Amino acid sequence: MSDNKKAVVYVRLKDGVLDPQGVTIHKALIQMGYADFVSVRSGRFFELEIDGDSKDVDRKIDEVCAKLLANPVIEKYEVEKT
Amino acid sequence: MKVGVVTFPGSNCDYDSYAAVKHVLGEQAAFLWHKSTDLASCDLVILPGGFAYGDYLRAGAIARFSPIMESVIKFARSGGMVIGICNGFQVLTECGLLPGALMRNRRLRFSCKFVYLRAENNTGRFTNACRRHEVLKIPIAHGEGNYFFHDDKVRGLEDNGQVVFRYVDRHGKVTDAANPNGSVNNIAGIVNREGNVMGMMPHPERAVESILGSVDGLKVLESARVACAQTAEAGSS
Repeated sequence: MSDNKKAVVYVRLKDGVLDPQGVTIHKALIQMGYADFVSVRSGRFFELEIDGDSKDVDRKIDEVCAKLLANPVIEKYEVEKT
Repeated sequence: MKVGVVTFPGSNCDYDSYAAVKHVLGEQAAFLWHKSTDLASCDLVILPGGFAYGDYLRAGAIARFSPIMESVIKFARSGGMVIGICNGFQVLTECGLLPGALMRNRRLRFSCKFVYLRAENNTGRFTNACRRHEVLKIPIAHGEGNYFFHDDKVRGLEDNGQVVFRYVDRHGKVTDAANPNGSVNNIAGIVNREGNVMGMMPHPERAVESILGSVDGLKVLESARVACAQTAEAGSS
């Protein structure tokens, strides 16, 4: 039995895709007086835990990202193994 | 025509769709449960509005992996007619039956009101009961209806005539003010390349009796009925 493997997946909107949430947060920052903040892009992350004995983990994580966690039409993802 | 209306956990326009088909249009209707794979030999599948699986992750992202969707995807790929309304449209883009994606409305607000749509053609399976460029009054009710597709790809959709409904003002003019959510090119509804799968953010099933404020939504269902009869005729000859 080996320890479970962990990975963090960051999902972001692709460059050029409008992020209304980020824009709204940015406007709020400006209003709060943080005039030097040039832009905000929002995103999300997922913490995955995978059985330590599982094979082919990298491929599976990639598959899960492409199939479910991110929508490849508008989003990109990065995987960080911990 | 027999119409199957899918019920996902969180669907909330399934009864409206069912009632519109059965009681207003006078056709057969059946509910299709998300855990089933049986389409009950229907001619048209409706993926109704609502918040399937709580809209968790992204609207439609989880629903697309439900058992019934396996059958719906097969049905659509073999030419079966499918309509996705609102959340149903989101499910269709997530599962790849329709191109593009539906994002948060540009003003981040849930928008619930009547809008005007222009039927961009009157030959398709879902628009044949409309006059050319007819303006329809149909309500929207969504927070994520901002249709997005990359510029060059949108051009492809336009060139193929896949844009079937566009947000317009009451005179049929495409304006930014008439665009309730920021959709590219004011797109409100599209079909796949083959024309048998259609997704639209507005709710035709909520505009089928004058007491509801409009009967224009019936044209979408009537069009599907005509297309269905034509398919049956072609099949029997």
